Amino acid sequence: MTEFFSMFGYSFMQRALIAGIAVSLCAALLGVSLVLRRYAMIGDGLSHVAFGAVSVATALHLSPLWVAVPVVMLTAVLLLSARENNHTRGDASVAMLSTASLAIGVLAMAGKNTDVYSYMFGSILAVRAEEMWLCLLLGAAVLVFFLLFRDRILSLTFDEGFARATGQRIGGIRLALAIFTAVTIVLGMRLMGTLLISALVLFPAMSAMQICRRFGSVLCAAGIISVLCFIAGLCISYQFDLAPGATVVAANLTVYTILRLVRR
Amino acid sequence: MPLLTVRNLALAYDGRCVIEHLNFTLEPGDYLCIVGENGSGKSTLLHGLLSLLPPTQGEILWDKCKEPAYLPQQTKQQRDFPASVEEVVRTGCLNRRKLRIFPLPDEHERVEANLRRFGIESLRRRPYAELSGGQQQRVLLARALCASDKILLLDEPTAGLDPLVSAELYRLIDSLRDGGLTVIMVTHDLAPALSSASHILHLGHKSYWFGTTEDYLQSPAGCGFAGGTIS
Repeated sequence: MTEFFSMFGYSFMQRALIAGIAVSLCAALLGVSLVLRRYAMIGDGLSHVAFGAVSVATALHLSPLWVAVPVVMLTAVLLLSARENNHTRGDASVAMLSTASLAIGVLAMAGKNTDVYSYMFGSILAVRAEEMWLCLLLGAAVLVFFLLFRDRILSLTFDEGFARATGQRIGGIRLALAIFTAVTIVLGMRLMGTLLISALVLFPAMSAMQICRRFGSVLCAAGIISVLCFIAGLCISYQFDLAPGATVVAANLTVYTILRLVRR
Repeated sequence: MPLLTVRNLALAYDGRCVIEHLNFTLEPGDYLCIVGENGSGKSTLLHGLLSLLPPTQGEILWDKCKEPAYLPQQTKQQRDFPASVEEVVRTGCLNRRKLRIFPLPDEHERVEANLRRFGIESLRRRPYAELSGGQQQRVLLARALCASDKILLLDEPTAGLDPLVSAELYRLIDSLRDGGLTVIMVTHDLAPALSSASHILHLGHKSYWFGTTEDYLQSPAGCGFAGGTIS
């Protein structure tokens, strides 16, 4: 127990913990809607776009965050608000977009002294204070958004056609979900890395759906599972000197597997 | 002033024109069944009437009430969606809130009334995914009628249901008309359509037939279900 507290005596661990909890919570809540709308691959695609944007920004000596956030936001809005009727070959275009962004990112990094590895797998222990505050702000915004608009998010997720046909005002909800998803993925990429951030979106939602049958409880369970898995993953990675991002994903995988088995 | 006026309407789906030069009107309380072969544009027309699809030509005029109740075809992902019956029904009330954040004072009463109307009060806490197909349709009807009690549009409401449950659903829809509800239904089943509908719109690939059910039975198109076709 003392070891637990001493671990968070370091300010870099405190920042990692706070930023990680905020991002895990956002990713889990947004993930429920994404998974249920069958947009799981879009989360993955956006993280690759973020990688490409960060690499290009670094190569051009621009601030990675301020380039990646608008680029990914625009992509998210385009992908997530695409109308239902042009989903033909939608999965192929998302896959093309994500691999192309990855390639552009790698090319932009070529010859530079930057460590590609840290973008690929995250650098959670190097989170700066300014990034931590951004994560906290995002976490608070997403939490309030879900508390106030739970009904509308359910309506959009369950049956967008009905919502639009009956004149519900859900355009703003859809846009807000896309924008929050983009910011969560860019900030999360710093923590978890390009290759692992989409796990934070998918696993908690999938785990929660193993045990919950109501939308409200799925949201609660996903948020709780995600935050607990993050804390557990961070502590274990510190104790055993493992990669933090990968350990958090492993914790999520363990919880999912257990819940899946319990359900059977 | 008719409730609905469709004038020289043309609609396209995926860039292909499926409906052209369509004209008809409906009065309040009418029960219109839209029938026709697969690919004749029944669902496309319904989407047009719901303003989910803009017309390529002509116009659709609703009198006052612009926000109809709607029972869409269920998708596969909805059948196992994690939500309770009450949560699903409540989403039907959202159009009345407009841009307000918090529920309107009468929302709770509306939900209760519709749960009672469809005999699903006892299922309110049950997960939607665990219900039978017929029960799920009742839940979606309750949700639809929370949105509006003036006009109801239905898209193949009995698809995938067994005949007994379908017959019950048709009875239920009939009973809703006592409150003055106007019904527009796309269906494959001609028999129940002919027994309850006041008007029939038969869509063919090149033309259409519109009129009252009695006239329809006398017309060449009406013999359609006995073997004739619309030419």
